[in-house]
Amino acid sequence: MSTTTPMNGAREDHAPLLAVRGASKAFPGVQALGNVDLTVKHGEVLALVGENGAGKSTLMKLLSGIYTPDTGKFELNGEAFEPSSPKHAQELGISIIHQELNLMPDLTVAENIFIGREPRRAGFVLSDKELRTQTVELLQRLDLKLNPDALVGSLSVAQQQMVEIAKALSYDAKVLIMDEPTAALNDAEVATLFDLIRRFISPETGVIYISHRLPELPQIADSIAVLRDGENAGAASMAETSNSQIVALMVGREIKVEQRPQPPAKVGDVALRVDGLSTATLLKDISFEARRGEILGFSGLMGAGRTELARAIIGADPMTSGTIEVNGTAKRIPNPATAADLGIGYLSEDRKGLGVLVERDVRENIALPSLKWFTRGPVVDMRRMDKAAREHVEALRIKTPSTTQVVRNLSGGNQQKIAIAKWLEHHSDILIFDEPTRGIDVGAKEEIYGLLQQLADEGKAIIVISSDLPELIRLAHRIAVMADGRLTATVPNEDATQETLMEYATHATTEAVA
Amino acid sequence: MMTQTATKNDQASSTEPSRFDHLKQSARGSIQQLLAFASLIVIIAVFSFLSPHFLTANNLISILTAATVTGILALGTTFVIITGGIDLSIGTGMILCGVMTGVFLTYWGWPIWLGVLAAIAFGALIGFINGINVSILGIPPFIATLGMMLIASGLSLVISGTRPIYFNDTPAFGDIMNLPIIPGTRFPLGVAFFIAAMVVAWFLLSKTVLGRYTFSIGSNEAATQLSGVNVRKWKVIIYTVSGLFVGLAGVLAASRLSSAQPTGGLGLELEAIAAVVIGGTSLAGGKGSIIGTVVGALIMAVLTNGLRIISVPQEWQSVAVGIVILAAVYVDMLRRRKAA
Repeated sequence: MSTTTPMNGAREDHAPLLAVRGASKAFPGVQALGNVDLTVKHGEVLALVGENGAGKSTLMKLLSGIYTPDTGKFELNGEAFEPSSPKHAQELGISIIHQELNLMPDLTVAENIFIGREPRRAGFVLSDKELRTQTVELLQRLDLKLNPDALVGSLSVAQQQMVEIAKALSYDAKVLIMDEPTAALNDAEVATLFDLIRRFISPETGVIYISHRLPELPQIADSIAVLRDGENAGAASMAETSNSQIVALMVGREIKVEQRPQPPAKVGDVALRVDGLSTATLLKDISFEARRGEILGFSGLMGAGRTELARAIIGADPMTSGTIEVNGTAKRIPNPATAADLGIGYLSEDRKGLGVLVERDVRENIALPSLKWFTRGPVVDMRRMDKAAREHVEALRIKTPSTTQVVRNLSGGNQQKIAIAKWLEHHSDILIFDEPTRGIDVGAKEEIYGLLQQLADEGKAIIVISSDLPELIRLAHRIAVMADGRLTATVPNEDATQETLMEYATHATTEAVA
Repeated sequence: MMTQTATKNDQASSTEPSRFDHLKQSARGSIQQLLAFASLIVIIAVFSFLSPHFLTANNLISILTAATVTGILALGTTFVIITGGIDLSIGTGMILCGVMTGVFLTYWGWPIWLGVLAAIAFGALIGFINGINVSILGIPPFIATLGMMLIASGLSLVISGTRPIYFNDTPAFGDIMNLPIIPGTRFPLGVAFFIAAMVVAWFLLSKTVLGRYTFSIGSNEAATQLSGVNVRKWKVIIYTVSGLFVGLAGVLAASRLSSAQPTGGLGLELEAIAAVVIGGTSLAGGKGSIIGTVVGALIMAVLTNGLRIISVPQEWQSVAVGIVILAAVYVDMLRRRKAA
C-alpha cells in the first residue's frame, strides 16, 4: 500500500524494475515473438509501439502469465519472475489493463475491484461494510471520482477504465501495463488518465504504455521501445526521438522493391459515395467515393474503424448521420439484404465465420445470396445452380475437384475465391474486401491480387481493407487512411509509402492533444 | 433510465454515494422486481373483485401450499440461471428424490430424519453430477441437464418398479408437508419450509461469496476467471446447491401425498424456470434476485388458483400463464433496451 510514498534509496543497485531477456514465443505457423529484450527502469513510463501483429499483445500475455515463453526469462527487481496466471502476476506486482476491459458489468465498482478477495465476516459470509470502506479508501487515495456502489455496466468507458486501474493498483502493483488505454477516451479523459499515471509513478514503480497514438507519447512516456515482426526494432529516449523516426522503426528500413498496381484501365463513374457518415460508437464524419474501374484501399491500425465503416455502409450497424449514394442516387440501406440488392457485396475478414459456409459444398456457397434466382416454385433447381457454379470455378480458376466438394477441404485462397464468386453471381458491382488475403499463402495472394485487378478492369468498384501496408501499396490506386474513427487522408498510389501511411494512421490526434 | 441518471448525478457531485444509489444497490434489478410485485398485486386485486372466494385466509394458504414445490425448485435454479446456465433436470430430479425417500424410509426402514436428509443429499448429488458435466467436462448446460432429466425420469421408474411407494410404516412423514402449524388455520409446515428456503436462498445469494461469484460468473465468466476466481469449482458448487433445493422439493412433494410417485415431474422444470424469468432473472445471466423468483412463483400460483376459482377451464389456464411469461419477459427487454 506504499506505492505513492517515495522510498529511501534502499534498492538493489542497477537491477532494473522489469527486464525481459530473450523472450520467444511461437504458435503453429507463426513466430509471434523472437528473442525480445525489454527493460523498464524504476520510475519510468516506457512506451511500447509496433504495427498490428508486431508482438505487443503476445509479450503482454507472457508477462501476465496467460502464455509461457518458449525461451527467455523475466526479472522483476533483479529476481526471476515467472507468472503462472494473471492473478499470480498481479500478486507478484505486475498488473495489466487490457484493451477489452475485464470487468463484470452487473457488479458494482466495489465488487469488481475486490472480486476474488472480497472482505469476509466469517467463512464465506461477505462483509459489505468492510468492502465499502476499503473501496472508498482506495478511491480516495487514488483521487478517483467513482461511486463504489454504481453498477459498472452503467459507467462510461473512461470510468470503467478507472475501475480497472483502481483494481490493478489495489494489488499494490509495481509495474502497470496498459494496452491502448486512450483508444476510447476523449481529450479530457486522456488528461485524467495521464494524471493518474503520473501519480502512480514513484521510484519503485513503472509503466509500460502501449499505444498507436504517437503524438501523445511525449506527454507521458520517458522512453520508447519499438517491436516489428515479433522482434526488437529499436529503443530510445522519448525526448530524443521524433515521430517520423518511430514510424521508420515501426515499418522497417529495408524497403523492398515495391510492386505498384497497373494504372486503372478506365476510371468510370462514382459507384459509391459516402458523405458525412457517423455512428454512435466510433465513426465520425467519413466521406469518400469509390469509382468504377478503380481499387480503393483502406489503411489504418487495429480499432481505427475500417471494418465498422464497411458494416455501417452495408447496413449491418446503424449510422447516426450521413448519406450513401449508389450509382448517383441517394439510398437508405437499413440491412445487408438491401445492400446486396443494390449490388454491394461485403467479404468479411472472418472468412470462416461469416464468409463461407464451410460445411456446405461449392455450388451451395456460390448460389447462397442469389438462391431466389435458382428456384422453381419452392424447389431449388440444383442443375442450374451447378451450371452457374461451374462457370465461376472456371472463370476464377477455383481449384476444387468438383462443385459438390465441401468447402472446408479447400485452401484459404480457394475459399476466398468462392466468397468472391458468391457476390459475382449476385451481380454485385461494388465489392468491399475486408483483409482479403489474411491467412492465405503467398502464391495465392498474387492470384487474388490479379483477380481484384481483373474485376476492377471489368468496371466494378473495388474497396480493399487491409492492415498489410505493402499489400495496399501493391494493389490500390488510392489509399484512404483511418485513425480513431476518422478518415485522416486519401493518398494516391504514387505518393503512398509505408511511412506516409503509417504517419497518417498514427497522427490522427495531433491537433487534439498538441 | 433511472439507474443511469442516478449514476451520472453521483459522478458529478462527489465520491460519496447518494441515498438513491444505496437503494439501487440494496435491490439489484429492482425495477423488474417492482414491476413483478405490482403485477402480483394487480392480479390479486382483479381476482378478489371477480370472486368473493378468492381473498380468504384458506384460499391464500392453498395458494402458498400450491406454490411450495415449484417455488423451492425455482429458488435453487435461480442460482444456475444467474450464472448463465439452465437446469432442465430439476423436475424429474425432484421426482427421483421423492422415490429415494421412499426407498430410504419404506424399503430400508431408516428413521424419518435420516431418510429426509439422505434424500436432500441425493438431490445435491444430482446437482453435483450436473455441475461436473457442465463445468469440468464442458457439456453445454442445456444438454447436460437434458440428459440428467431423462436419466432421473427413467431411474425413478426403475427403482420404484413403476409403482408409487407408500409411507405406510412412517405415517408421520406426511406431517413434513401437511401438519398445520398455526392453530385455527390449515397453514401447513411445508409452507414454513418454503419460507425458510427463501431466507436461506436470499442469504446465500446476497450475503455470501457464493452469491457474489454467481453474479460475477454470469456477468463475465472470462473476466471472473482472470480475476483469480476458480470458476470451474464454483460452478460445480452452484449446481450442487441447486440440487439441495431439488432434494427438499422432492421430500415435500412425496410428503404431501404420503407417497412417492415415480411419474410426473416433467414440465415442472419449465414452470420453475418460468417463475424465475417472470421474477426478472435474465436467462443471459448476471441479473436476478430471490425476491423476484418468489414473486414469480406466487404469480404463477395465484393465476392458476384464481382462474380455477372464476371457473376458467384448465386448458385455458396454461394459455394465460404462457401469455404472462411472454409479457413479463418482453417488458423486461423493453426496459433493458431503454437503459442501454
